[in-house]
Amino acid sequence: MEKKVIIDVKDLVKRFGKFVANDHLTFSVYSGEIFGFLGANGAGKTTALRILCGLSKPTSGKVLVAGLDARTHADKIKRSIGYMCQRFSLYEDLTVFENIQLYGGIYGLSAKEISSRSEELLNRLGITDLKNRLIGSVPLGWRQKLAFSIAIFHKPGIVFLDEPTGGVDPVTRRQFWDLIHEASKDGITVFVTTHYMDEAEYCDRVCILSEGRIQALGNPLDLKEQYKAASMDEVFLKVVRNT
Amino acid sequence: MSRFISLIIKEFNHIFRDKRTLLVLFGIPVMQILIFGYVVNSDFKNIGISVLDRSNDTHTARIATKILSSGYFEYRGNIYSEEEITGKFKSGKVKAVLVFESDFGKHLNNSETAHLQVITDASDPNIARTIVGYISGIVMAYQSEMLQAGTDAVLIDAQPRMVFNENLASAYMFVPGIMAMILMLISALLTSISVTREKELGTMEVILVSPLKPTQIILGKVTPYILLAFLNAMLILLLGFFVFGLPVNGSLILLLGELLLYITLSLSLGILISTIAKSQQIAMFISLFALMLPTILLSGFIFPIENMPKVLQWLSAILPPRWFLIILKDIMLKGNGLAQVWNETLILAGMTIFFLFAAVRKFTIRLQV
Repeated sequence: MEKKVIIDVKDLVKRFGKFVANDHLTFSVYSGEIFGFLGANGAGKTTALRILCGLSKPTSGKVLVAGLDARTHADKIKRSIGYMCQRFSLYEDLTVFENIQLYGGIYGLSAKEISSRSEELLNRLGITDLKNRLIGSVPLGWRQKLAFSIAIFHKPGIVFLDEPTGGVDPVTRRQFWDLIHEASKDGITVFVTTHYMDEAEYCDRVCILSEGRIQALGNPLDLKEQYKAASMDEVFLKVVRNT
Repeated sequence: MSRFISLIIKEFNHIFRDKRTLLVLFGIPVMQILIFGYVVNSDFKNIGISVLDRSNDTHTARIATKILSSGYFEYRGNIYSEEEITGKFKSGKVKAVLVFESDFGKHLNNSETAHLQVITDASDPNIARTIVGYISGIVMAYQSEMLQAGTDAVLIDAQPRMVFNENLASAYMFVPGIMAMILMLISALLTSISVTREKELGTMEVILVSPLKPTQIILGKVTPYILLAFLNAMLILLLGFFVFGLPVNGSLILLLGELLLYITLSLSLGILISTIAKSQQIAMFISLFALMLPTILLSGFIFPIENMPKVLQWLSAILPPRWFLIILKDIMLKGNGLAQVWNETLILAGMTIFFLFAAVRKFTIRLQV
């Protein structure tokens, strides 16, 4: 089956003064896959992700997201993506439903769509009783899952997750990844950055970043074979040490 | 449009859930007005005064009676030598002494210069200056009365009259001042804090990734606060009117329009601050120090601009509250219309456009880095 390219990056360079955050990145993401962006802190993951989302402009190189040039059509790209950042992104002084209403409204959904989809969302997560609770009083694990569900509330083609599981316990992380797989099954492309190597195992393909450059790219099974490693953790250490 | 409305609803929710800020927001102006009105009362009455009369004639008696019966002073007895003056001042009961030279009346009758000395306790220079001003006024009035009685040819009325503020009531000075200060402060402070808070929490990122345009994001932030600041202005006006009898002599509609302009100006300043400040503390710091102090010191609220060194006068010219104060006093006290304040209005409008443009621009640039 011919796989459709949804994100196409060629020779992406991003400089901040003399510091090169992204050094000639070239990769493609296929429609519907879970694409992991791995790297230590400061490897340039977030910088690249911000460029893909239209939050930042590349210094040079070509970036196509959903067939649109990120340099010139950031506005149009924003309509077709979802985003969840590493810092917690819901309003603590608003209720669960008000947060859903806000993001639904910002993405131009009608009040009717918002109310029917939010029922569905709360049912799926099994938290209908939390609908009118302030986010501040909802347990952290639930907030994280809610933040993800809200990021894909407007049914975007691609969702960008920037270290979505920071500070979350292993059980919740597992449940969080179940949600990601569900979204992927629904046809949403998932682009996720992480530094947890166990999470890399859940991705369809991963890309290991170090010092602003891509050091390895491929399916986790192939990478493990190639580097003769038992886990992605080992792969990562071998890749990073070789550079 | 509906995207924009969701943003505004959210902002209102933030505001109304934060009861403490709301209390501060409406409590501060009320407190300020009452404190300025009752405690920092620069009104003038019952100033202790003594008389040292070396002449003891009808003129000195009449002048003294005139001064003592003016209502501003309270007679604290005659003294008979200059040595007594210091002691009287030290007791604190006497703030001023009138000294008539010997043969005061004779000099006056012979059309010579008669000397009256006013000695004041200048440990409070403001009061001392006012005392001298009042007494010279009364003496001048007496002189013209004499002229009137002596010859019917000239009729000089040099009686000073404080137009627009007959009693020099301080409420007339400070209510517009507080209004200019509070509106600037809460508008700039609240918007800059609310934007930087979203930056700190990371929610701003999510809003920025959304299809909303920077102008929409800024307007969404500003609109609720326009309403809030406007309510605040109403509160100050009502307090000024009912507690201190401060009138609105000019057009109320014009006044409200000017208020709206000034609020928009302050809010765009707030947004500009938030694009520079990285944290809520820094935003608060900039708002307080860059806006509040100059407003108090340089806007003409407390210290007259004419008396400032040239450099500070220029500095004061770039402060929005300075122009707003002129507008407020013109409309509220003098009852002037747009014809008299269009100049200041134009300056404020120009500043608003400049700050709004700069804020949107800086906001957009931040996105593109």
